[in-house]
Amino acid sequence: MNDLMRRLLWLPVQASTLATRIDYLHYFVITVTMISSIATGLLAFILLFKYRERRRAQSTPLVMPSVKFEIVVIGVPLFFFFLWFVQGYKDYIWYTTPPKDAMDVYVMGKKWMWKFAYGGQGPNAIGTLHVPQGRPVRLLMTSRDVIHSFYVPDFRIKQDVLPGRYTETWFEATQPGRYQILCAEYCGTWHSQMWGEVVVMPAAEFDQWLLEQRRGLSERVDTSTDDGASFHGSIVEYGKKIAMAEGCVKCHSLDGQPHIGPTWLDLYLRRETLENGETVLADEGYLTDSMIDPRGKIVKGYKPVMPTYKGRLAAPEAAALVEFIKSLRSPSLENVPSKEAIYEPVKRP
Amino acid sequence: MSSSDAHANNPHLAHHFDSIEKQDYAARLAMWLFLATEVLLFAGLFLGYTVYRHFYHETFHEASRTLSITLGTINTIVLITSSLTVALAFHAVKVGKNNQAVALLVFTVLCAIAFLVIKGFEYRHKFEEGMLPGQFYSYKEITGPGANLYFTIYFLSTGLHAFHVIVGMSVLIWLTLRIKRGAYSPNHYVAVELGALYWHLVDLVWIFLFPLLYLI
Amino acid sequence: MSQSSDPEAVPVYPAVNYLNADRGVWSWFSTLDHKRIGLMYLITALFFFLVGGIFAMAIRLELLTPGPTIMGANTYNRMFTLHGVVMIFLFMIPAIPGVFGNFLLPLMLGAKDVAFPRLNLLSLYLYWTGALLAVGAMVMGGTDTGWTFYAPYSTSTPTTVFPALLGVFILGFSSILTGLNFIVTIHTLRAPGLGWMRLQLFIWAIYATSIIQVLATPVIGLTVLLVGIERVGGFGLFDPTKGGDPVLFQHMFWFYSHPAVYIMVLPSMGVISDAIAAVARKNVFGYKMIAYSSLGIAFVGFFAWGHHMFVSGQSPFDNGAFAAISMLVGVFTAIKVFNWVGTLYRGAVRVSAPLVYICGFLFFIVFGGMTGIAVATVSLDVHWHDTYFVVAHFHFIMVGAVIMGFLTALHYWFPKMFGRMYHEGWAMVAASFIVLGFMATFIPQFLAGNAGMPRRYYMYPERFEALNVASTAGSSLLAFGFVIIAIYLIYALRHGAIAGDNPWDSGGIEWMTSSPPPKENFHTTPIIVRDPHSYQGHGEEVEHVVI
Repeated sequence: MNDLMRRLLWLPVQASTLATRIDYLHYFVITVTMISSIATGLLAFILLFKYRERRRAQSTPLVMPSVKFEIVVIGVPLFFFFLWFVQGYKDYIWYTTPPKDAMDVYVMGKKWMWKFAYGGQGPNAIGTLHVPQGRPVRLLMTSRDVIHSFYVPDFRIKQDVLPGRYTETWFEATQPGRYQILCAEYCGTWHSQMWGEVVVMPAAEFDQWLLEQRRGLSERVDTSTDDGASFHGSIVEYGKKIAMAEGCVKCHSLDGQPHIGPTWLDLYLRRETLENGETVLADEGYLTDSMIDPRGKIVKGYKPVMPTYKGRLAAPEAAALVEFIKSLRSPSLENVPSKEAIYEPVKRP
Repeated sequence: MSSSDAHANNPHLAHHFDSIEKQDYAARLAMWLFLATEVLLFAGLFLGYTVYRHFYHETFHEASRTLSITLGTINTIVLITSSLTVALAFHAVKVGKNNQAVALLVFTVLCAIAFLVIKGFEYRHKFEEGMLPGQFYSYKEITGPGANLYFTIYFLSTGLHAFHVIVGMSVLIWLTLRIKRGAYSPNHYVAVELGALYWHLVDLVWIFLFPLLYLI
Repeated sequence: MSQSSDPEAVPVYPAVNYLNADRGVWSWFSTLDHKRIGLMYLITALFFFLVGGIFAMAIRLELLTPGPTIMGANTYNRMFTLHGVVMIFLFMIPAIPGVFGNFLLPLMLGAKDVAFPRLNLLSLYLYWTGALLAVGAMVMGGTDTGWTFYAPYSTSTPTTVFPALLGVFILGFSSILTGLNFIVTIHTLRAPGLGWMRLQLFIWAIYATSIIQVLATPVIGLTVLLVGIERVGGFGLFDPTKGGDPVLFQHMFWFYSHPAVYIMVLPSMGVISDAIAAVARKNVFGYKMIAYSSLGIAFVGFFAWGHHMFVSGQSPFDNGAFAAISMLVGVFTAIKVFNWVGTLYRGAVRVSAPLVYICGFLFFIVFGGMTGIAVATVSLDVHWHDTYFVVAHFHFIMVGAVIMGFLTALHYWFPKMFGRMYHEGWAMVAASFIVLGFMATFIPQFLAGNAGMPRRYYMYPERFEALNVASTAGSSLLAFGFVIIAIYLIYALRHGAIAGDNPWDSGGIEWMTSSPPPKENFHTTPIIVRDPHSYQGHGEEVEHVVI
């Protein structure tokens, strides 16, 4: 029955202890809603047909409700709403009370990625949260920039993540598997790509995993999505790894040498002059845009040969690249403008 | 008296109102509703003050010490006096003493100007000391969290209030000129009443701002 | 003998009426006639409904595929922002009060005009000014904050936000002045014999709406002003790096924006009350309950704003309080629904376009209202907040209730405003497209929200594709319905059958004058001797029925 209703209503799997509690009330509320609205529509339809006009300017009796009628009509909805409020609030209080033995994980949201850090000497991760099955996990969350919202539909949990403040939520996963994290508070260009994944492992497996992570053993080969799941290290190193893997360094030097594309050394916040004479500030937005739409704003003196990385780079990877570019600062503090391009024959893949 | 007689007798009666009493009542009701909207406009700033005072209790207390209670009190007395004179001016029009009304209104406007001048001195002092809102804050004596917020709220609320002082003053100047030209009489004075009401609101907002910003 | 009491009389179109009493373009731009002002509101509102609708179609086309379809991410973010801003501030809030409130209020009160005709014209000019600024924001690159302007995104995004904020601020003034004007008009310009309990229910609805407009709008004015100052001046109350609290913005924003939804829906409910009585030729069942529940919604609606903030970091205690209060508002709506359905009982119902829209309204307001109660249930909202479930819920109310009400009003009062009838056959065809298209658009969105699809998503996980395709297909039906309406209504302006004073045989006071009305509304001031919306025959024994 639970499963039938869940599928009928397009609800996702119930993968946390909260989900089943929530869903029962959900079924109750939605069922009453559907019955009431259909009944109202049907009743109106029947009445309009039965009492349709027989001749023009027909007169009608004066029909008034009795006090008893009004009391019933007010009382019945009030009763249902009160029931739902009480049950809903009870479940809500349960939801906002993390168990005392919950494992703490720190979550940091920023445009447009999720970063996780386990307490103590825990590993850090970008985009993937490993948790044990059957044990409560408390998330302590904050944002680096604007308001985001941490949402796992399969767990039925959601909590806004605020700058300048910590918010918390908790869950206890009931089945092993992979469950999507979605950002649910509009935060800019790639709000709709600010995804992550909760990987629920059987408890013993999780303990083993945590041990291995803390010992710094080589990354497990994970068949996860390409969102840097198994990379442990700083985001800058991750960005460097991607730059090598995706071939960026074939055209962009890291040491100030002009090449097929502008050098990345001191690129961040440099004022570049574009083909059309305008200047642009090479900030995160421009750098990210250049990866997705390289022909949009070409720096003067360079040819439009950069391929687009749209669809080839996930948002966390793009962000890691930006962080890597930001880290490339020469000792002198002057802003060095891009020099003229130098062309050499390059083997295209 | 039929409607058309009423319209013939009173040139101030609009064509869609039956009687001058109804019309004047409508004008007063409209002004009270408008005053309600002004109260709600300032309410948001008072809310901001309350919330941040709660968060940054010490810093707000320290910051309010930097305001001059003397100047604030003088300003309060000035505004309350101006409310008195504007009420007396309204009464004067009602009993037909137009010259007295003009004199009282001129005095009211002078009070308003005095208020703004004193406020100007206070603002200048703050600019000199770096007690400025948000990113411009640079007052070294108070470094606790929320210090810049105190001055943000200070400038926003006193600034919005000063704007309303200027608007109210302009209305009173316009009314003064109209009274001099004999536009109002014991039979027709509702515009003066509305202007006075607006001025009372301007005064009332200050009476709330003063203790919250200066005294506590 | 007035036209309205003789259904057999040949309909007459008065040669001189408010449309042609004064000639020349300037006579329109400087008019003090509430009917002309209402008409200008209508043209403007319909224009912006078209603009908002085009943004909606762009959104739905983009969402046909999980990845990029016809535009980039930044453009999409501007599309949904402008769809919201235009629809809410340039159509939904001004439309029914500005068009039908302006046109009908004095007529229904037996008055010659609103209390302050010049203020009324000023409201119109402020509406145009605010609209121009909003268009300016679009032209200058477009805002991408969402119509909710949440800080700190709105205070830090590099897109064009300030003109939009200024536009909203000025539109707020327009709204306040209209509300003020209507309250004073209802208090002071009622015809002799027209006590409060004899007022048509549309007036009660407009009265409640006006109270909200006057009291709530200043708060959004201040809030957008603060965001604007923070953007331009670099100081403000919402920046966390300076100790500010972004959640404070949400409180201030929603303190207006929740009552704002009642500004949108109450006039629509008033239309339904009036139209259903006319279309069923029957007294409204439970007149007092409907009148008082309008005031109840206005009052209680002020205290429910926190239900938009259940997962914002608000305390559990606040969440519980706001949830309980929100449920109360639902009870007032339930009262109205029972009373409207009861009006059909033992009526003499004329099948017509207004009736189809009324039936659609009844179904949609129960569904939409109860899904509102559902999201007010805190534990359930944790899953639904900021997903398509909420989008579907509010579109059920905004489109399913408010627009159905607007279309009811447009059809019901079209003959009064223009003296001609539209073609009923085409109207029923269009109404079917609208009702079915609406359901096909938004029911899949409820399911998408259940499945976990968040709002404002340019790209989405593939498992949501089927629902999005279904929704887009439905939206084309809906759009098509509107196109049909536009065609036959424009045609009817010139070629429709002459309507006569009272084609609906309605008991409303506005029908006691010619269609279109003369400039001065009534040739002689009407004297009111009966209860509103009552249709008992003359001389016959009045049959009283109590349920």
